[in-house]
Amino acid sequence: MSLVQELNNKALRLGVPLSVHLDVTYRCNERCEHCYLEHDDRGEMSSSEIYDVLQQLASAGVFFLTISGGEPLVRRDCMEIIGRARELGFNVKLKTNAVLIREKEAIRLRELGVEQVQISIYSHRSEVHDSVTKLPGSLRRSLAGIRLLRKHGMKVTLANVLMRSNLADGEGVRALAAEVGANYRIDPTVTPMMNGNTDILRLRVPTSELHSIFRNSDLVGDVETFCAPPPPVDDGIREGYPCSAGHTACYVSPYADVFPCVQFPLPCGNLRGEKFIDIWERSPQMLEVRSIRGKDLPTCSSCSHLGTCTRCPGLAYMEGNMRGPSSADCEKSFVRTGIVTAGMLARRGTANPRDLVQISSM
Amino acid sequence: MIEKYPLRGTQLASRVLDGEVIIMSAADSTLFSLNPVASVIWQAADGRTPLSAIVREHICEEFDIDPETASRDAEAFAEELKSHGILQLLDGPIPAAPQATESA
Repeated sequence: MSLVQELNNKALRLGVPLSVHLDVTYRCNERCEHCYLEHDDRGEMSSSEIYDVLQQLASAGVFFLTISGGEPLVRRDCMEIIGRARELGFNVKLKTNAVLIREKEAIRLRELGVEQVQISIYSHRSEVHDSVTKLPGSLRRSLAGIRLLRKHGMKVTLANVLMRSNLADGEGVRALAAEVGANYRIDPTVTPMMNGNTDILRLRVPTSELHSIFRNSDLVGDVETFCAPPPPVDDGIREGYPCSAGHTACYVSPYADVFPCVQFPLPCGNLRGEKFIDIWERSPQMLEVRSIRGKDLPTCSSCSHLGTCTRCPGLAYMEGNMRGPSSADCEKSFVRTGIVTAGMLARRGTANPRDLVQISSM
Repeated sequence: MIEKYPLRGTQLASRVLDGEVIIMSAADSTLFSLNPVASVIWQAADGRTPLSAIVREHICEEFDIDPETASRDAEAFAEELKSHGILQLLDGPIPAAPQATESA
């Protein structure tokens, strides 16, 4: 067992929120077509409120802190927030579009000991990337920021959200990552907006195209392993929990709301009126999320994919039931393995015909 | 032997979890878990306290070890932490932070 796994197991046993994702703002200088956020400022936390939250998170045992947004660097106090987080001993990962990173910012992030910077790049071609971000010149500016970060020794990951519009450019972004010395990861997940609006789901990669993505070793690694049939479901899997949300991880919004995860918009409390540790340890919503095991999922507990499915309880929640299947993850499990999921069978006859994965009679 | 003043590295993240110090290096994303003696050295490594004082005031007392053994173990641990970039071993103490003065 790796040290990271041991650490996660220990945090789980102790009930420690090892990882927190903190969005310091929803404001952004880009308007990405697939973004799940509304960008108006509806009362984001002040500097001093964020410092207090950081202190509370450190006291609760949080170690891995992702600072994100919106675009975090649109806050003038962003570097001070990162500096305060580092003083408190957090391992800090910054998610940014890098458009606002100049030499001074790159040097400062290195000095502060930020562990890594993740930047969303949608294409190696300006016309495609900029049409996603709706910000002319954004690829050029992001790349300039990335090169400065690399010049000053920062570890950089290019995150490539794959959608219909940039589907052909995964290889190009991967090559770009190699050229600038960055890591590369793909994510074919487009989630509903946090307000429940599902219009942006039309941007998702079509099922027919997912098949070729999942069989491209440059994008997914060892295809045989990635697409292997799921192992038999045993008691360990049935007693297991779906993901780290609410168990060793949670999300704090710019408005001080606490959620189980950034993709799980179930409000558990607000740090303007409650202490973080009270929300983490005692909020009914957090306790409910924490209580769910594989065997408690009415549909998925009977699914052969239970042990390997990436089922997101937040996406399931947005579909109406946090214990239900997440249709996007059902689709991924099916496309990876060719084995029909219990969620697909349950939905047969009710799905939107445009997105339906055709299932033969059994 | 020349006195050394341990100082925690600046490119590190750390947290105490159930008495165990965990450290991650930003330089190479390596995760470390310190044993109890190394944890005591790490927590006391302010750049102003000599290693001999850490041994005398913390390690001998907390672990009930004789001074000679404690000193030998502490020096070995400190050198190992230094080799991973977790500690610096300074030849002299860093200057104390200036004290805030109260206005009249």
